[in-house]
Amino acid sequence: MKELYNYRQMIFSLVKKDLRGRYKGSVLGFLWTFINPLLQLVVYTIVFSVILPTNIEKYYLHLFVALIPWIFFSSSITVGSSSIIAQKDLVKKIYFPREVIPISYVTSCFVNMLLCFIVIFAVVAFSGIGFNPAALLCLPLIMIVEYMLALGVTLLTSAITVYFRDLEHILGIVTMAWMYMTPVMYSVDIVPEKYRGLFSLNPMMPVIQAYRDILYYARVPKLFTLTEAFVLGIFFLVLGWIVFSKLKKRFAEEL
Amino acid sequence: MPQEDAIIIKNVEKKFRVFYDKGQSFKEKLIFTSRNRYEERSVLNGVSLNIKRGEAIGLIGHNGCGKSTLLKLMTRILYPDRGTISIAGRVSSLLELGAGFHPDMSGRENIYTNASIFGLTKKEIDRRLDDIIRFSELAEFIDNPVRTYSSGMYMRLAFSVAINVDADVLLIDEILAVGDANFQAKCFNRLKEIKASGTTIVIVSHSLSQIEQMCDRTIWLNDGKICAEGSPRDIHPLYMEFMGRNMKNPDVAGTAAGSMTRWGNQDIKISSVKLTDDNGSEGEPVRTGSSVTFSIDYEVINPVADVVFGIAIYRADGVHCYGTNTKIDRLSAFDIKENGSFSITIEKMNLLPAEYILDVSIENSESIPIDYYKDVLRFVTYSSYEEQGCCRLDHRWITE
Repeated sequence: MKELYNYRQMIFSLVKKDLRGRYKGSVLGFLWTFINPLLQLVVYTIVFSVILPTNIEKYYLHLFVALIPWIFFSSSITVGSSSIIAQKDLVKKIYFPREVIPISYVTSCFVNMLLCFIVIFAVVAFSGIGFNPAALLCLPLIMIVEYMLALGVTLLTSAITVYFRDLEHILGIVTMAWMYMTPVMYSVDIVPEKYRGLFSLNPMMPVIQAYRDILYYARVPKLFTLTEAFVLGIFFLVLGWIVFSKLKKRFAEEL
Repeated sequence: MPQEDAIIIKNVEKKFRVFYDKGQSFKEKLIFTSRNRYEERSVLNGVSLNIKRGEAIGLIGHNGCGKSTLLKLMTRILYPDRGTISIAGRVSSLLELGAGFHPDMSGRENIYTNASIFGLTKKEIDRRLDDIIRFSELAEFIDNPVRTYSSGMYMRLAFSVAINVDADVLLIDEILAVGDANFQAKCFNRLKEIKASGTTIVIVSHSLSQIEQMCDRTIWLNDGKICAEGSPRDIHPLYMEFMGRNMKNPDVAGTAAGSMTRWGNQDIKISSVKLTDDNGSEGEPVRTGSSVTFSIDYEVINPVADVVFGIAIYRADGVHCYGTNTKIDRLSAFDIKENGSFSITIEKMNLLPAEYILDVSIENSESIPIDYYKDVLRFVTYSSYEEQGCCRLDHRWITE
């Protein structure tokens, strides 16, 4: 842990390199960080208000405040799972705490989400729902919890992918299924009662609910929701960390 | 850990799995479980080594002897299967130069990225930045993107970062071949400074002269074990001799065989040629500077009254290195009536390491060939020095 702290500059450099490199060469450059989620919002709004109308009020906002955190989570996993393989030249030739790689990938996705929140705030303000200051205080908390969860899962998948390359492709379909199992596009209320138990096993469920409470309903999330999210976040982080430390010793041989 | 030891290696063993047919995907792992057979190849079997603080160690050995693996174990890129390695202080390894360089970023930005991979914080890099830029001699290009650099400039920048990390233990793998001769000398001097400042250094190199100049102790690894250790001057000749012996090629050394190009009237025929070194062994590689004897047997078909014996030595690439005969050496012609032999001893075989071809000639005093036997024998020479050229000239240096 202490060693990881000594390598903080490396995490910082890798995040910076990733963020700067992402839109390199495109005309609009960094603006894509904002344009991309806005365009997604437009598409989903058209689909769900014209083709498949729902009875949810201000559906675009209901969707948007959940979609952005979900994109952070799913892109962390899909990009992060192949992160060790992508950096194999470094891993094979240089010593550094291996955790640095998944941490910097997840952090870069996280920073991207933070930037998208500028757009979210603008959309919330535009919608006229308004902000609840007490609820907004919970926002950093739930972001950190989601970060822990994303990091935990990414540590797990990135380490396993080194030994088992198929996971990278399996994860593509898993995250898609996971999105439909999480109330991102719909409200949790429409989930049939008998499946609720199954749904509550999903660690992303309380996270998405908390975001929606804060930004869509403008209310403080239930303590239970926050605690559940926090406990699951810690659990996955510890699990991911332990598995990663076990597997990292043979990385250089397997790559 | 006692204060004076910087690195303690105890009974380290390392095996690599060599898969016959590696299945890495789900389908292969599931269906072809029998295909996932592998053989464990042991690379290091029980290496123990203590390296003192401030000591410089050279690791030598032929390819695949495990020296690079040992170095990677020290850097913690790999982990031992058995045994322990403990290292005191910050370790920096020069195994890979320019790690994480991004071609579109400027030299300055890349210094930050690259140095951060060595575990430096921003503050530490700020403090070293000027030194790094000065050492690289790239001050005027430092804000240009690295993709505009020549490969020499690229390596100079990379080396400058690596060498300015200020580690307690520096591990180096074959990287002193950076840039032009001037820059190499500069790197080498910088390494000497680093050593003088008390840094422990471990070098893996094939350049014995570099190790000799830099290191206090040489460790010779063979088949995953330490086969000898001691001062470079003691170990390197042993190592060279060992390597020379392994170079021996049954097709190359030995007695005359087959019908090579030979000409002459064959009144006298060369029947065998052999090379003996000063230990009396035949057909071994020859250490440059040692004494060798070529012995030639001949059969007489028709007696000849004025015989001149001669030899010529060519390097395998065709350079004529030396040739002489009994007439040039002012011996009177021989009257040969029956089978016999002659030999020539070269007190100092000063030819530098290469493969050589021997021609043997028997002629009469008018230089009419009786039996000129081309490429009758081949031999190799080896040396622990790194002189240049084709031949050693006896010399001494005088400095005022």
